[in-house]
Amino acid sequence: MSDITKRSLTEIVDLIKKKEIKSEELTQSFINNINSDKKLNTFITNCSEQALEKAKNFDENPNYESLLSGVPIAVKDLFCTQSVKTTAGSKMLENFIPNYESTITSNLWKEGAFLLGKLNCDEYAMGSSNETSYYGNVINPIAENTVPGGSSGGSASALAANLTPTTIGTDTGGSIRQPASFTGTVGLKPTYGLCSRWGIVAFASSLDQAGPMTKTVEDCALMLEAMAGFDEKDSTSINKNKENYSKKLTNNIRGLKIGIPKEYRVDEMPKEIDQLWEKGKKILKESGAEIIDISLPHTKYALPTYYIVAPAEASSNLARYDGVKYGFRSSKGNNLIEMYENTRSEGFGDEVKRRILIGTYVLSSGYYDAYYIKAQKIRQLIKSDFDQSFKKVDAILTPSTPSSAFKIGEKKDDPISMYLNDIFTVPVNLAGIPAISIPAGTDSNNYPLGLQFIGKPLDEQKLLNIAFAAEKKINFKQNLQRWWEK
Amino acid sequence: MSKENNKYLINGEKGKWEVVIGLEVHAQVTSNSKLFSGSSTKFGAEPNTQVSLVDSAFPGMLPVINEYCVQQAVKTGLGLNAKINTYSVFDRKNYFYADLPQGYQISQYKNPIVGEGKITLDLAEGPKTIGIERLHLEQDAGKSIHDLDPSNTYVDLNRSGVALMEIVSKPDLRSPDEVNAYIKKLRSIMRYLGTCDGNMQEGSLRADVNISVRKEGDKKLGTRCEIKNVNSIKFMQMAITYEAQRQVELLESGKTIDQETRLFDTKKNETRSMRSKEDAHDYRYFPDPDLLPLNLDKKLIESLKKNLPELPDQKKERFIKDYSLTTYEANVLVAEKETSDYFEEVVKTSDIKLAKNWIMGDLFASLNNKNISISQSPVTAKKMSQLINSISTGVISGRTAKEVFEEMKETGEEPNKIIEQKGLQQKSDPKELEKIIDKILTDNIDKVDQYKSGKDKLFGFFVGQVMKFSGGKANPQLVNEILKKKLK
Repeated sequence: MSDITKRSLTEIVDLIKKKEIKSEELTQSFINNINSDKKLNTFITNCSEQALEKAKNFDENPNYESLLSGVPIAVKDLFCTQSVKTTAGSKMLENFIPNYESTITSNLWKEGAFLLGKLNCDEYAMGSSNETSYYGNVINPIAENTVPGGSSGGSASALAANLTPTTIGTDTGGSIRQPASFTGTVGLKPTYGLCSRWGIVAFASSLDQAGPMTKTVEDCALMLEAMAGFDEKDSTSINKNKENYSKKLTNNIRGLKIGIPKEYRVDEMPKEIDQLWEKGKKILKESGAEIIDISLPHTKYALPTYYIVAPAEASSNLARYDGVKYGFRSSKGNNLIEMYENTRSEGFGDEVKRRILIGTYVLSSGYYDAYYIKAQKIRQLIKSDFDQSFKKVDAILTPSTPSSAFKIGEKKDDPISMYLNDIFTVPVNLAGIPAISIPAGTDSNNYPLGLQFIGKPLDEQKLLNIAFAAEKKINFKQNLQRWWEK
Repeated sequence: MSKENNKYLINGEKGKWEVVIGLEVHAQVTSNSKLFSGSSTKFGAEPNTQVSLVDSAFPGMLPVINEYCVQQAVKTGLGLNAKINTYSVFDRKNYFYADLPQGYQISQYKNPIVGEGKITLDLAEGPKTIGIERLHLEQDAGKSIHDLDPSNTYVDLNRSGVALMEIVSKPDLRSPDEVNAYIKKLRSIMRYLGTCDGNMQEGSLRADVNISVRKEGDKKLGTRCEIKNVNSIKFMQMAITYEAQRQVELLESGKTIDQETRLFDTKKNETRSMRSKEDAHDYRYFPDPDLLPLNLDKKLIESLKKNLPELPDQKKERFIKDYSLTTYEANVLVAEKETSDYFEEVVKTSDIKLAKNWIMGDLFASLNNKNISISQSPVTAKKMSQLINSISTGVISGRTAKEVFEEMKETGEEPNKIIEQKGLQQKSDPKELEKIIDKILTDNIDKVDQYKSGKDKLFGFFVGQVMKFSGGKANPQLVNEILKKKLK
């Protein structure tokens, strides 16, 4: 059989169910890839041994009825996994081993999958290049000197390099879609509340949402089906019936109305991005969709709003990492306050500290109204922009990012320029609506570029259908030389 | 200090000062599990045995509201005649402390679950209404234990996440006595409702006391100080007395009051500064994004309202009306629900007047003596009723009943059995008594003559002799009647 690790998840599941491949053989193939990777730095924790054990157990006692029967999956190290170290990319949790399993990973395991390893990410998911991880930056398999995006950079790179058949990430401001775009993979940020947040290390609670990262749209539908579902342990979880996204998937999008928001045409946007966008419109037209110009007037306020709301919540969410109960504790300090100060100074990296400071500042008395309250009001306006547009259109098409993957170190010391990379992705998180990024072309360096489809709340099926139709027409082929194995 | 026209005033060197007090009472909600987790709330467990992953703030853990606690807060609000807010919001109050695992307390800031209400106090000088500003739900913190080790602090998280109701009064209280009456009334209402056990020893009821003083007759409020976390009524009263005096002395010497938080040192009986306004925490309140706003169903509120038990004020009115009690008696009997239940059970089968006298007299004295509650009393309502009935029916005299009660309160034995075993029944057979009286009169013929010649006082002597001879069991009423007849 040709290299199984290059196959899509859907194909792999199919092969297993047809008994054409054993889970052990499949798992071993991915482990071989993981072991020969010398450079990408995608794994923080390698679970090869346990995975092989699980694969053998599956083969001995197979259950072909599940969605992900016998499939090993590596996940972002932000998902708490029982008895497996969960670091969130931080020194603070270097030795943290949860005795509980996140709802999302539990859902995957219930569908027959098992854990292959824990993937590198920006520290506490704060970053757009995977350069803030305490465990070193992740490299994009498209080129040795490029970042994979962030914060789910380890997930995106591992997926693109065939180190895992599929993966899951979290998306607070673009952390799934931007790395998917940078690595030529598919990434979906579901409607806020569709996937449980229970057991995911929190960054910004009102924005965080887990989602699938896959090689194809079909895989994405399958994974979302496995992940989504009401969870009474998450008060913000939406109580609705499960959907069979993969079974209902169709490329028939005839008659759908697709909006093109003029505000997403930003200054200094590379010509290639503009061309990609035009290509997207053309393809959708060819598929029978109608293209409609729309306006999302408050888009320009999305980024500043996001960089108030997210750090505010983060500053509070990260207060629990104080060295008292678990995780890192500094050995220095003569009293409680000094212990806190030293623990948090030594345990957190610079980007995390920056956001805690910003968040603390915008919540402080005297600044709260000017920043936090105002940001919440703008957030409402941004949401209502989308609500208005969705009266006219079924979905919205935009580029996923304003550029292709940038060079390692290029934006590291320029946070504003780094934050600008999220410009097309953050409005979606602020509005709590779903969006998917699919690979749609390449730039002059042959680096992948992504297109983003934005949908109505809980309209993931339509979004997947549109992406599926576009994917077929675009026929993007990733052809990576496996330079990282040398 | 003076109490002129029942007004509590502080006599300063330069005039009389009024004390203005507002209370923030923290009442632990009676519930089996915590406000946002399923952990038990039972008091007195081994340290850190009632702690869930949520309570100890493990990564990725999320709070889920305990609906029972919400209902308890609504019930309490209804009991305080307060406005129930159908929309309320949980906020995070951010600060670092070792016994606060999340680094924030989930509380309610701008939108509490209960708004303005009122409580009526029954003071010696008459009823007084105290305004309630608000009631909100919040999490309790854990406990830091500093005295187990000279250099380390230990943390017990059993209490972490337990539901509290913070009940904020308006600055309507004017004296330590009013504070006493307020706390007792609030406690009584919550105990009737079953929403807080009011156990101050176990920390179920604590208060922050806000105090300011102003010249008598002034309308403007003075600068206040807040005395944190006082856990008994006695300490609240001591703290107020000290703090008011301190403020008056400062003002009279031309100084100003710094708005600050103070602590009450129970050993030295003084308050001292904890932190000034400038050092006050900036709690950076903001709505907790892990929790949706709380939207209460009006139907739920209506159904809770309908099923509200009879509260102390209503019961008091009913007792006055149905049992012809004085206001004072009714207040005493309804203060504790258990006492009122006891009383009602006794009067179901016994004489009201005897019942109230026995309960408020001998029974209360014995409970005080033993420092137990009425529900722990060995003399149950049923036994008390039996005792009273044996007085009413003349089986024993009131005096003998005291003797019987003495034994009942120690052994919990039924009064009928004690009376029977000890043969304490009164001699109420007139023929038998006549025999005894005839013998006494024959033996003391000289005294009979003296009596008949006008020495009326000797009547008591004869009664005493009869009682002595009968071993105290002669029915005194009958003895009187027969003696009077024979001595005519």
